[in-house]
Amino acid sequence: MPEKVFQQNQTILETREITMRFGGLEALNALSFSIAPHQIVSVIGPNGAGKTTLLNAITGVYSPNSGEILFRGMPISGLKPFQITARGINRTFQQVQLFSNMTVLENVMVGMHPRTKSGFWDGLFHFASERREEKKIREKAETLLDFFGLLPKAYWMSAHVSIADQKRLEIARAMAGEPELLLLDEPVAGLNIRETEAMGDLIIKLKQTGQTIILVEHNMHLVMGISDWVIVLHHGAKIGEGRPEEMQKDSRVVEAYLGT
Amino acid sequence: MGKKNKIYLLAYALIIFLVPAIWKNNYHLMVLNIAALNIVVVIGLNLLMGFAGQISLGHAAFFGLGAYLSAIFTATFGFPLWPTIILAMVITGMVAYAIGIPTLKLEGHYLVMATLGFNIIIYILMIQLDGVTGGPSGFPGIPRLQVGGFVFDSDRKIYYLLWTISVGTLLLSLNLIHSRVGRAMAALSHNEIAARCAGIDTENYKVKVFVISAVLASLAGSCYAHYITFISPGTFSFFYSIQVVTMVLIGGIGSLWGSVFGAILLTILPEILHAVKEYNVLIYGIILMVVLIFFPQGLFPVVAGIFRKRKDEARSGMELVPGKGP
Repeated sequence: MPEKVFQQNQTILETREITMRFGGLEALNALSFSIAPHQIVSVIGPNGAGKTTLLNAITGVYSPNSGEILFRGMPISGLKPFQITARGINRTFQQVQLFSNMTVLENVMVGMHPRTKSGFWDGLFHFASERREEKKIREKAETLLDFFGLLPKAYWMSAHVSIADQKRLEIARAMAGEPELLLLDEPVAGLNIRETEAMGDLIIKLKQTGQTIILVEHNMHLVMGISDWVIVLHHGAKIGEGRPEEMQKDSRVVEAYLGT
Repeated sequence: MGKKNKIYLLAYALIIFLVPAIWKNNYHLMVLNIAALNIVVVIGLNLLMGFAGQISLGHAAFFGLGAYLSAIFTATFGFPLWPTIILAMVITGMVAYAIGIPTLKLEGHYLVMATLGFNIIIYILMIQLDGVTGGPSGFPGIPRLQVGGFVFDSDRKIYYLLWTISVGTLLLSLNLIHSRVGRAMAALSHNEIAARCAGIDTENYKVKVFVISAVLASLAGSCYAHYITFISPGTFSFFYSIQVVTMVLIGGIGSLWGSVFGAILLTILPEILHAVKEYNVLIYGIILMVVLIFFPQGLFPVVAGIFRKRKDEARSGMELVPGKGP
């Protein structure tokens, strides 16, 4: 995959006091943080801390009640999910959301949508330009599947591959959109130890290509092992952030998790 | 479109165009001509139902708009034939756009209600505006289809024209679903949230598919008017809308070959059932019920599955890439 070039010390994503309310519940409470590129940043916190809500707010599935989200310095709050994806943020879901009526390869080809152009007329008449683009889409999808170790299963129906493969496929589909920022929502939930380790290696491999990753995860072993930075949420507010080893020792974090 | 689909299409076209050579009964050809037009409407509707996840109960109205606009512009105002058919498609497309924009932005099946209402309104207009439409007694004297002086004045002659349009529609639609846009449509109909987050402008696609769907119905309607040369409101009532939805379901939602199958089967079936006289409606109803209860995926995947070893592909009915399967 192509290496991504950024200036050092630049901020790729910044949230400013975002608040997200559902009825009386404040799922996110004046949450502010910023994220530097080329890092794996983990967002952790007990159940209901607002981690998934945060991902939904960043990707435009929800629109925050107040506050601002800046992506590469540009405000993105209020944009629709497809517009945010086009700007370079892609995600996976806690519950795998594949197009199960399609093959593994086709899922990745769909992921290429925001980076390709062919429209209705091209589709109807399969002009030469459309066929060229289609060939490129297929080739790039195959390259991606190869990177994710899924090429041998390219023509399987996506519903028929293992959970671990489905999770990897979802990441492959997200990467097909050539994101600057990749959001992973519990990528190892439901995986066994061996599969979890493989997923950890894969995430590190992605980071080595220059990919910026936000990881929402409950598996502390994984989080502490691969993260460059950890942000801890509790009741929708940030109660701490820092290097993983610092967060492990932080009294507030321990308290939030153990409830003492 | 895969190699396999091209071969199927070629074989299908060959069989279709050989039929009139061996079939001497003109009435049967007329039934097949109607089937050709139904295929156009049903393919359009299946694009909407199978690839945009929406249902229209107003396709009779779009079919009727095509027919009446064609009739009025050519017979009353003396417009040239083919430009009028295109004009009717454009107008119908704009009407569909106006219905689609407000209803498809909402989540859920608001389009069903909107199109159902629209069908009833159009039907009433056809009857009430009798100065323009001829009212309940219908609109006679519509000019026949012709190309460069050649008039298609018999069922046999027009067979080739209507089936060219029908096969052409199938070809273009198969092309469409095997393209970037088709993949996006299949994605959004299957998992809208994932499609949105994969960068697909789902609302826009739904509206576009609905417009295409209506335009195809309009094309079929225009051809129908210029073929039969007489139209009356009864043809375009709500019942025809139900009938085409049934054809989609019988053939299999999301399968374009299934739509061809469903349209031909349900156009011919009532003719066959004439033999059992007053029981024909009963038997027709029983057949529909049995199919929908036992084959909710439609009959076509079942029929096709008999000839196919790969169950995966039959089950998906997507016809995207020939699946090699596990």
